[in-house]
Formats: sequence, C-alpha cells, structure tokens
Amino acid sequence: MSGPLLKVRDLSVAFGPVQAVDGLSYHLHAGETLAIVGESGSGKSVSSMALLGLLPQRSARITQGEAIFEGQNLLRMSEREQRRIRGNRIAMIFQEPMTSLTPVLRIGQQLTEALTEHRGLSQRAARDKALEMLRLVDLSDPPRRMLQFPHELSGGMRQRVMIAMAMALEPDILIADEPTTALDVTVQAEILDLMRDVQARFGTAILLITHDMGVVAEMADRVVVMHRGKKVEEGPVKTIFNNPRADYTASLLAAVPRLGARSAEDGPRPIIAQPAQPGEVVLHAEGMCKQFAGRGSLFGRSSGTVAMKDVGFSVRAGETLALVGESGSGKSTSGRAVLRLLEIDSGRIALEGEDMRALSSRSLRKARRAMQMVFQDPFAALNPRISIGRLIAEPMLIHGIAQGSELDDRVAALLRRVGLEPDHMKRFAHEFSGGQRQRICIARALSVGPKLIVADEPTSALDVSVQAQVLELMLELQQTMGLAYLFISHDMAVVEEMAHRVAVMRQGRIVEMGPRRNVLDAPRHPYTGALLAAVPKPDPAALRQKLPRLNLKEIPMGSLVEVAPNHWVAQ
Amino acid sequence: MSAPAEPLAAEARVAPRRVLWALLRSPSGAVGLAIVLLLIVVALLAPAIAPYDPYRMASGPRLAAPSWDHWMGTDQLGRDVFSRVVYGSRLTLMIGTIAVGISLTAGLLLGLIAGYAGGWPERILMRLVDVVFSFTEIVIALACLAILGVGLINAMIAIGIASIPFYARITHSVVLVEKNKPYFEAAIAAGASHLRLIFLHLLPNVIPTLIVVGTLGVSTAVLAAAGLSFLGLGAQPPQPEWGFMLSSSRDLISRAPWMMIFPGLAIAITVLGFNLLGDGVREVLDPRQRAR
Repeated sequence: MSGPLLKVRDLSVAFGPVQAVDGLSYHLHAGETLAIVGESGSGKSVSSMALLGLLPQRSARITQGEAIFEGQNLLRMSEREQRRIRGNRIAMIFQEPMTSLTPVLRIGQQLTEALTEHRGLSQRAARDKALEMLRLVDLSDPPRRMLQFPHELSGGMRQRVMIAMAMALEPDILIADEPTTALDVTVQAEILDLMRDVQARFGTAILLITHDMGVVAEMADRVVVMHRGKKVEEGPVKTIFNNPRADYTASLLAAVPRLGARSAEDGPRPIIAQPAQPGEVVLHAEGMCKQFAGRGSLFGRSSGTVAMKDVGFSVRAGETLALVGESGSGKSTSGRAVLRLLEIDSGRIALEGEDMRALSSRSLRKARRAMQMVFQDPFAALNPRISIGRLIAEPMLIHGIAQGSELDDRVAALLRRVGLEPDHMKRFAHEFSGGQRQRICIARALSVGPKLIVADEPTSALDVSVQAQVLELMLELQQTMGLAYLFISHDMAVVEEMAHRVAVMRQGRIVEMGPRRNVLDAPRHPYTGALLAAVPKPDPAALRQKLPRLNLKEIPMGSLVEVAPNHWVAQ
Repeated sequence: MSAPAEPLAAEARVAPRRVLWALLRSPSGAVGLAIVLLLIVVALLAPAIAPYDPYRMASGPRLAAPSWDHWMGTDQLGRDVFSRVVYGSRLTLMIGTIAVGISLTAGLLLGLIAGYAGGWPERILMRLVDVVFSFTEIVIALACLAILGVGLINAMIAIGIASIPFYARITHSVVLVEKNKPYFEAAIAAGASHLRLIFLHLLPNVIPTLIVVGTLGVSTAVLAAAGLSFLGLGAQPPQPEWGFMLSSSRDLISRAPWMMIFPGLAIAITVLGFNLLGDGVREVLDPRQRAR
C-alpha cells in the first residue's frame, strides 16, 4: 500500500482565546474509515471543517499545523485551489439533511451542478450520471426525485441525496459529520449500510465524525478519540473498545448504555439500598385520540394527520413506563396530552382517579402540582431572563407552597438534591452546561412534590457521560420518592436502563406494550423487532445482522391483544 | 472591526452595566449614545446654554448672518436661531418620548394580548392592526389631527397613535416565537396563571426587541413631527420647533439660508443619533446579529 492519503500534523485551531483543536495529528489511508469520536466541545467537527476551509473566517484561526493531501497543504491553499478540491476530491455530508440541501432548487439541479462545474460534463451526461447515482443510493423512482424539491423528501431520503451528491464526483475522501444523528434508528441503519456499500464500490476513504459509540463500532477501521481539543487515543477499533489505554476513553465507553445489559433483571438498576417498589396506579389513560387539523382554506379543511389513535396506558407510583418510537410516532403527543398541554379529541385521562379532562382551567392549574414535565432541550426549557433560583421557586410560589426565607431554603435544598450548589441560585440559565440545566429542570419539576413526571427525551441533547449521570439521578429520585415516570425516548438502550414497562408506538398507535424484559428481549411485534435490530451495538465484534426488511403495509396495526400476562401486541 | 467578544454580549442580558460597556465598545452604539446624551444635556441645560431668550424678538438685527453675537444668525423677527435650536431640543425629545411612549405601550399590550390569546381575539385584533397598517402613518396622523385639532401635543398623540400597529405587529411576532419555546410550555405545566405567563415569562423576552425598535422609532417620530410642524399642523408660532422653523424659513431660503440649515442639521443629527443608538443596542442585545 502506498503512503497515507491525508496526513494531518499538529493541527491547532483557536476561537479567540479558546483553543478548540490543539496539536491534532492523524493519517487517513485510502479506502479506510477513520472515526473521530468525542463529546461536544471536543473539537472533532472543527478539525474537519478546517480541512475544507469551512471555518468561520472572522472568529476562527488556524494557529499551526499542516494537512498534506497529494503533496499539497490543504490549510495553506488559496480560496481558488480549495474550491477545486472541495466537493471534487474531498466531499462532505452533514448532520442536518434538512438544511444542507438548498430548499429552492430541484434535487436534479443540485446534483448536476457539481458535475457540470467540476467535471465539465454536458447537461445531458450530467443528468445521466445523476440518475445513476440516485439509483445507486437506492432511491425509488429516480427520474421523479430529480424533479422534486428537498422538502418533498423525508430525512432519510435527503441524506441519501446528499450521499449521491457527494459520491457523484467519486472523491478520494468523504467527510461525514454526524451523518445519521438526526435520523431515526431504522433509517440510520439503512444509511450506514449504504455508506459501507458506496465505500466498497468506490474505495473512498471515510472520515467519520460522531459521538455515537455504536456507529463507531459498526463503521470504523480505526478510531481517534478527542477530548477538549486534544487527541487522547488512537488505534484500531477493536483495541479502542477492548483495551482502551486512556482513562477518558474507558470512562466514555463505560457511560455508553448498552442494549441487553440488563436483560437478566426485571427492573432498573437499584441505586439505593431499598428502592421504592411500584405501588398504586397514578396515571391511567385510555382511548386517547388526536388528529391535527389539516391546512385550512376558505372552503373547509383538508383532513389532518392522525397523531394518536386509541392510545391507552397506565403508570404506577415508583414505576417507569417508557414510550418508544421513531419521529412522528405520537410518543411526544401522548406525553403532552397526559399533562393537558394539548387537548385531545377523545379519550379519558385520570390522575390518581381524578378525570383530568373534566377539570376547569382553574382546578387544572391546581392539579398540575401532581404532574410535572422534563423537556428534551434543557437549553430552551429554561426562561433565559429569569434567574435559576426564581425559576425553581416559581412552581412553589404558584401553588402557594412556601414563601420568603422558607422558599429560599427549599430552593437551596432542591439544588443540593440534584447535585448543584445553592449559590447557583442567582445565576442565569446560559451560565450552566447542558447537564446542569437538565438538573435544574428536574429540580424545578420536583419542587412541588409531583406524583408523576413526564420526561420527554430528557437526555437526548446531552453527551453520554452526562446522560449517564442524569439517568442515575432520575433513578435515584424515583427509588427514594416513589415517583411515576412516563419516559419518552427513541433510544432503546436508555429505555432498557430506565423502564419497568415499555410501550412501542408507531404512527400514533401503541403496537406492543408489556414488561420491559418481554418487550425488549422477546418482542412479539415485527416493528419492535426491527427497531431493536437497527440499534448499532457499541461492540466492534458484534456484527449486526442484515436488517429485516419490513413490509410496511403488512405490519399489524390493529387493536391490542394480550399474548402473555400484561404483554399486549397489536394484531 | 473591534467586535466585542461573544461571551460579553451573551452576559449582557443580565447586567445593565455590561450593556452600557458593550454599547460603548461598538462604534455605532458609542457615537449614537454620545449624540443622544448631548441632546439630553442640551435640553436640560437649555437656559444656561442659550445666549438669548428664544421667544424674544429683536434680540439682534433681523436676518443677520451667523456672527460672534449670533452663532447661527437671526430670523426674520430678529430672534436668535442658536437659542431657538437649543430650546427646540426640548420639544424634540418630548415628541420622541411621548409619541414612542404612546405607540410602544399600546402596541405592546395589543401584541401581547393577541399573541397570547390566539384564536379569535388574535385574528380580530391583528386584522384590525393590518387594516390600519395599510395606510401610511402620516395619513393616519393627519386623520387624528383632524379630530383632535392642531397643536404640538396633539401632533405627538397623533404620531403615537399612527405607529401603534407597527409596534403591535412586532410584539405579536416576538410573542408567537417565544410562546412556542419549551420554557413557556414548562411554565404552563408548572401551573402558572395567565397574568404570570404574560408578564413574567413573555414580557421580559419581548422587551429587548422593543427597546431596539423603540429607539429607532424615536427618529421616525421626530421626523414625522417635524413634517407635521412643517405643514403647520404641529407646533404653532412662536414655538421653537425645528420642523416649524424650517417651514417658516422657506420663503427666505435665498436671503437667510442659515435659518434653514441649522434646524435642518439639528433634525438630521438627532435622527442619526437615535438610529445609531438603536443599531448599537441591537448589536448588544442580540449577539447573533454580529456573527452574521
């Protein structure tokens, strides 16, 4: 084999006084996949953007280093030379397939543009090539796709188009920056398969930037682990996973939730000596239906989308029911409907036996004491202009629980309870990290002594190490206080760690519901099986079996039937 | 460009002193602030600064060119133009604050209510606002003056009323954005009452935008008032209002250009000052603006 395709040496990038990348070196060989892993702020994205000259010019500075590609230093190139390489020899695909395609141009136009520009192909030849590429990435009906606009395609289809676009010029290097992070797990599995196929066909070297250890294990030949701008470890994927040398790598791997880790146990991991056991039913919902109104016009409305159809479940004190499903499955809608943050069309919701839908708006406000919510995005869930202390105190003030110095004491105690300092009270949300903010949200939810907490993807915006801490906090709180959790998540491994029972949702319906062990270890519904099979395992030895091909039309979506004690499956 | 560091601007949300500091570090903000402060000082100290009584006729010869005794010359009645311009700053500031005060308060309330309530109240209120918005502000101001009668105070009220729709629309759009953020839903889930939601959660997030728009709005109001006075519908003789001074010098433009030049300059500088200040405040309150 000849020398490496790309040699990066001592690359350093600074944002003002902050050193984002510090002395990073690595080699990329032809045809291999090198994964750069790290948590947010590790500099993994910045280092690859520097290669293509895509750093924001006003704030970022490449302070030293070189990146040699075909004898040329990518970092010292003129804008003109960079453009010749960008897209042509080194292509990039991004995390957000929604925003990385120009919304006002047809797919075909965007695909052929690069071909006519870089390769000087005629319109006709470019069109043929584009069609061939669309066929290659497994998109149905390529001629029609060519005429469509990006918004007419789903997220997965858009990422396929991005890959087609990147590969059309047969680049030597493909930089993939979190290519599947925004996608559902089944779609992610398909895209990863596709990337591997394409790589095998063209012999492209892939520089894969990701935070997901499962994706790394599945895709990478070699791994570079980054932490705070520095490379902490580099090696073949098996060595990194099996014998990590750096402490950081080991702790990162330990924090990754692994599907199947708790398959032998019934409940979640006990955090305290005598955890509270599931007790009385706190929440009971049945027959919830919700249809979002279609676009209204002067002449009536078109029929809308069904967000929930006949959804029902119950949660006991001290118990976690996990709602899992992909985007658009109605899991968040169900969570919000339970709290009456959204009015449902029909159905019954009872909290401790009281019919929530019958309450007047005044008594509903009072009833909200018993049910609280923790949101997905802790950055947006805290009002930026109110201090943390006042935010945590607010629910207690509203419900007249405490006042004056007693209120301050309670806020301080709550902060301590979730692992923060009482003198954080005076600060504002933007002064905290993501994990701290989620702790603040939890403290706020706890302040009124709720019975039920609806947690909507509470850790999906957090890094894995922080996720592990927040999950542990939630478990500990549940086991000491006997809280009921309605835990909404798309991450099967997290669900396995948290849940007593699991309900799988698809297209607004529950397709399978039962004790966690039954549902995750011996799924009875084909869709549950497909979801589980698609989860990438953070273990390079475990080769994922070929994805089961679901015939979407034949998935049973009917009413639930009890197949085993408390185990319900749609027929 | 000496752009302040990002963190500074982000923290500016919290401490007013930092806002001021960041404002001084942005070139447009510093110049704008200087002009506006100068204007305020001049208005406050008008009696001390002005060498003559602005109303006294025959302070000097009529239509005298600028000289050591009369820095900006005298008008057709022998009044000192400099003193009149100095006193005029008081009227100008009053116009700016009162007009913007009226439109800001009313627009804010309308926008908040419409945006928060949603549904039918929103539709009705905002359609009304749209109807009014479709007329030029000056036309509405003229209509108001026709009802209220001519006069400087009435002109301020008229200008205030005329720009209510503008503020209502901006508030409404900001409220719609904020209303869909999770923190708002979190407050509902906490059991917050309508008043708490509106005044504790929405209002503080709307105000920064309105401070910017309001600052920029002062210059519009000053211009509008000058225009109305120029038409003879605002300030009445002998008030030393800049727009009115312009109009009364119209016939003498070739004989005594200073009568027109200096009030005109004063208006231009004031408008420039508030515009720069508004831009500066926007830069400080919204760090994203600078990143672009």
